Amino acid sequence: MSKPRRERRSVLAVEAVGPYSLLRVERGGVDPGVPGQFFMLEAPGRVLPRPMSLCLAPRGELGFLLDAIGPGTQALAALEPGDALHVFGPLGNGFRLDVSRPLLVGGGIGIAPLPFLSEALEHPPALLGFRSEWHAEAAALLPNATVVIDPVLVTDALPRDREVLACGPEPMLDAVRAICPDAQLAWEAPMACGYGACYGCVVEIDGEMKRLCVEGPVLCSS
Amino acid sequence: MQLLNASGCLDALTAPEVASTFDAFVTKTVTPERREGNPPVRIAETDHGMLNAIGLANPGRDAFLEVTLPRLASMIDRPLWVSVGGFSVRDYVETCEQLTRSEVACIELNLSCPNVDEAPASAAEIVRACREVAGKPLYAKVSPHSWDMGETVRAVEAAGADGVSMVNTLRGAALDARLRPTLARGTGGYSGPALKPVVLAAVLAARRATTLPIVAMGGVQTGRDALELIACGATHVALGTVLFTDPGAATRVRAELAAEATRIGFDRPEDAFGAALESVVNVAN
Repeated sequence: MSKPRRERRSVLAVEAVGPYSLLRVERGGVDPGVPGQFFMLEAPGRVLPRPMSLCLAPRGELGFLLDAIGPGTQALAALEPGDALHVFGPLGNGFRLDVSRPLLVGGGIGIAPLPFLSEALEHPPALLGFRSEWHAEAAALLPNATVVIDPVLVTDALPRDREVLACGPEPMLDAVRAICPDAQLAWEAPMACGYGACYGCVVEIDGEMKRLCVEGPVLCSS
Repeated sequence: MQLLNASGCLDALTAPEVASTFDAFVTKTVTPERREGNPPVRIAETDHGMLNAIGLANPGRDAFLEVTLPRLASMIDRPLWVSVGGFSVRDYVETCEQLTRSEVACIELNLSCPNVDEAPASAAEIVRACREVAGKPLYAKVSPHSWDMGETVRAVEAAGADGVSMVNTLRGAALDARLRPTLARGTGGYSGPALKPVVLAAVLAARRATTLPIVAMGGVQTGRDALELIACGATHVALGTVLFTDPGAATRVRAELAAEATRIGFDRPEDAFGAALESVVNVAN
């Protein structure tokens, strides 16, 4: 596993993808890691960094997909080319890539790690759910995607004969898990440190507290 | 002057390389029984600080002594400070009695966690009882909620404390967009840059009351912050919340501290000890 590094890197661009923002940062000596791993991004003017899974890893770049809904993500989305921020990662456990017949399942901003994952698995089919056509513009980030729009849910269209790798809101992950108990699921929680120091990011899964930053964010329930 | 981590802010078994950047490593608080900690959400950022409601998650005394402590001793080539917590005088005493390993340099009595419901006995009472059984130096970690820090410090000193750690987090709350508390527990411990003025005042008051060593912590982000605490009378400084942003903070703060002391005209950071006390004017009530 690659060793996490913390480096101050320059912003190359912030591009709109539907309502989301794609933050493209110069990669420097930072390893992109495995799809599903995440990075702590310094959010200018905020006390804590923000955990973001890697969305795209073109040569020399790290790309992060953000939904600017709070002060931290808004500060990140307001960065301009040439601004610098600390990037710390890769952190946590990513998706296992030894899968046959994979299906990528994403909901909303939870599609963030899937473009990088899609590339690593040579573009398997993906099933993505969004709340509007505008949000669904983000589906263009990965090829071979089928899109459903609310009120249709990804679980309405989920085939049963696939190895599922999913990321999305908690109710979606719970619903996916109920249908596909072996699915690899990428969870989310508020985090402070990202490296196992603070015990802040626990989630309760099947009655057990898991520190998402070091035991996840990708967990396989079975 | 030693640079320590604030208890609870660093799991050395997960991040031993970070723990090794400090002069001594302070464990998370150990309680008699295993604690899962509070349910999520446990973390909330605010404009100038953060709230946590971890709730003293720890493996419990027996597992700590049998598993955690030997592993820490083998992985971390630094003196270990063990933070001890509990809900009765007896809880503290029984843990202190068993902390006999040579790697344990010091015991810090956590008398001030804001994230558990049970009120501990009075700080001085716990210190006095632990002093009778502990074979290690005892530091009393006190709350910033004390109205008269001088009185608090005199009380734990009279009870036999060898030093004081100040301060723990302040109790705080935050609301989400729908006006519900962000933390599942409702309230948590407030830490980060917002705490710095509180700590400076606490250390000034404590230093007027005692000559004991003081480990000062709360909102330290830079070497300048650490130097200000030394100027108020801190003998040691601890880093907490800043570690979440910058795991390399200890190395950076140490370098900044030396440079800032030199810039102001001190040969060493320690030479600034108490500098802020000299210029405080005493005003009669």
